[in-house]
Amino acid sequence: MPAKQALTGAEAIAYAMKQINPDVVAAYPITPQTPVVEYFAKYVADGVVDTEMIPVESEHSAMSACVGAAAAGARAFTATAAVGLALMHEIVYIAASLRLPIVMAVANRALSGPINIHCDHSDAMAERDSGWIQLWAENVQEAYDFTVMAYRIGEHPDVRLPVMINFDGFIISHGVEVLETLDDDVVKSFVGKPIKMYSLLDTEHPVTYGPLDLYDYYFEHKRQQIEAMKHVPKVFKQVAEEFEKISGRKYDLVEEYMTDDAEYIMIALGSTAGTIKHTIKELRAEGKKVGLVKPWVFRPFPKFELQRILNGRKGVIVLDRSASFGAEAPLYEAVKSALYEVAVRPQLGSYVYGLGGRDITPAHIRQAFEDAFKGYLIADEERYLGLRE
Amino acid sequence: MPLNAIELAKLFHDKNPGITPGHRMCPGCAAPNVVKFALMTAIAKGYHPVVGLATGCLEVSTTIFPYTAWNVPYIHNAFENVAATISGVETAFRAAKKRGEIPPDKKLAFFAFAGDGGTYDIGLQSLSGAVERGHKFIYIVYDNEGYMNTGNQRSGATPPGSDTTTAPVGKQIPGKLQLKKNIVEIMAAHENVYVATVAISEPIDFMKKIEKALEFDGPAFIAAHSACVRFWRVNDDKAVESARLAVETLYWPLYEVERGVYRVTKKITNPKPVEEYIRSQGRFRPLLSRPDAKEIIEELQQYVTSRYERLLALEEITKDKPLRGPWAKEDFQTDEHAM
Ligand SMILES: Cc1ncc(C[n+]2csc(CCOP(=O)(O)OP(=O)(O)O)c2C)c(N)n1
Ligand code: SF4
Ligand SMILES: [Mg+2]
Repeated sequence: MPAKQALTGAEAIAYAMKQINPDVVAAYPITPQTPVVEYFAKYVADGVVDTEMIPVESEHSAMSACVGAAAAGARAFTATAAVGLALMHEIVYIAASLRLPIVMAVANRALSGPINIHCDHSDAMAERDSGWIQLWAENVQEAYDFTVMAYRIGEHPDVRLPVMINFDGFIISHGVEVLETLDDDVVKSFVGKPIKMYSLLDTEHPVTYGPLDLYDYYFEHKRQQIEAMKHVPKVFKQVAEEFEKISGRKYDLVEEYMTDDAEYIMIALGSTAGTIKHTIKELRAEGKKVGLVKPWVFRPFPKFELQRILNGRKGVIVLDRSASFGAEAPLYEAVKSALYEVAVRPQLGSYVYGLGGRDITPAHIRQAFEDAFKGYLIADEERYLGLRE
Repeated sequence: MPLNAIELAKLFHDKNPGITPGHRMCPGCAAPNVVKFALMTAIAKGYHPVVGLATGCLEVSTTIFPYTAWNVPYIHNAFENVAATISGVETAFRAAKKRGEIPPDKKLAFFAFAGDGGTYDIGLQSLSGAVERGHKFIYIVYDNEGYMNTGNQRSGATPPGSDTTTAPVGKQIPGKLQLKKNIVEIMAAHENVYVATVAISEPIDFMKKIEKALEFDGPAFIAAHSACVRFWRVNDDKAVESARLAVETLYWPLYEVERGVYRVTKKITNPKPVEEYIRSQGRFRPLLSRPDAKEIIEELQQYVTSRYERLLALEEITKDKPLRGPWAKEDFQTDEHAM
């Protein structure tokens, strides 16, 4: 029987991992991720799981150990944030290129400098071209659900890629919400046994991982990674469909909220979608035709879904919780590029918000929508919400 | 248990020391021999080796896709993280064993090979962490005293006066000024570890130490003298000879430290002057033409002599005084787990 529990996002992810009982967890503390590994370490210490935990001396080693473990056929998990993810950077790419379905939870936090512990998306955005699947949770429930789904997506033979579960630092990681958890045995049979391929422990069939790969093959291998990413939407949908059967909760590449008749659509990742939904309800009460599109999957980028949804709308407002110095903000850039190909392009506006944990309020969201109502969206102008100029 | 010589000879004959001929290391390079002595010992003792490599000469020259010289499971991850990587592999093995996915009597031996750059410098943190955590693996540094893969740059292992591209012997500066970092002592200071130095000129001593490392109930660290014939500027038949000279001049003392207990495994009663070692290699030639060469060699001589004396003294005072008891990790792990 599904149970209602009040948990923080960090605890919910640890709880899902407890139900999955992975082979190896290697992690290093960093705010606001730390409680994920703390909760999990307690499960290990209490013998609730039989996972082997590696309390590594750095995030670089956390990802390195996950690579070694996954290459040895283990289900490996880690969690990090911000500079911890940045320290892993080199190995984040290697994990994807070795096609190792590691799962990593990222409690999104601003990258230094200056050092800041609060939420923004600069950490994950710096890894967006690393070859990891990126899932983005809006709340504790989604963080839990994605954790349950992650290995099924990453380990699929057509995919074999690592999966990053993004959940906003503090807002989701430390915020307590009531969520519905599944039974242990339901999760266990949903996740199933890992499909072991080319394990380093299979000494009868020795394999070489990570050879020097020069101009005569590297390019083909990159092409294979590109192709593997293309298989993700199909696999994600399959896994989501199965997940709906056990949970009643429906996932897709993007979530649409009140978009059917919407003239103006806002796009955002993560927890801010909750604030936007609240504001949309208010605006709808005032007769405004507004809606939200929230990518659940950011890598691979759900281009076709966005094209289908956004084609012909009056205005599209993209909210980014990270900046790209000297270029357009990452989500905006991707949406804008997708809209190049649609028949009837909407007006487009870019809004950067919430850097370093700066609060975002319904008033800010309303302000951006109001720009759109006035026809005052300029595709080539980056605006800022909640910033003192 | 002594090594079975017939078994070793058979392994050599079958060309199955884990690494096959046909790789692209420079002819005469010592590094492949270091690998062979280590893996052959493991195979002869009934272990299945699993190998991790750090970026460096050995790695790039043995695995150019689609070729591989490794006929044992092999992983190269990056330059600075071979210890962390193999710690992940070893942990996966323990997890699989615990879950009954591996026959309980199957013996795997986890090796990490790295150059001096990947060990003394960029990989030191990863190595220290993995050893501190007590993973059961054998880390072997093939010490060629410089970043050779990238063309002979200075490392923490480069000896003073050696000519490298980032600390060249110039008109003003006589090359590298610092003595070698003492990585062996750094690793011995982790206490719960078996540490040893080896040289390919002493294969029996080498293989005995590997055997000890295999049977040691914790991590092991082995430093192997490993001539780079290319950048040490010696003939390609000189790798073994230069190892022998290194041992005979006390430049590379052969010893081991087992949980703090020192043992000098090859006593040198009449050491040759270290200058002989210096003069045998082209990398020191630019130094030798400088007026301060004598001073620099003298300093090195004093260092190797006093280090050796110190080792003998340590052997004396640490006898039967291990710093820690045997690794007791398994004791508090239960086989049954409430799920
Ligand atoms: C993070 C990182 N920095 C630098 C390099 C470049 N690099 C590759 S191999 C190498 C030198 C390796 O030296 P060592 O570990 O002594 O091995 P050797 O080549 O001498 O056998 C360097 C500097 C790299 N691959 N990765
Ligand atoms: S450059 Fe030196 S270390 Fe590298 S393969 Fe050649 S001899 Fe060996
Ligand atoms: Mg070197």
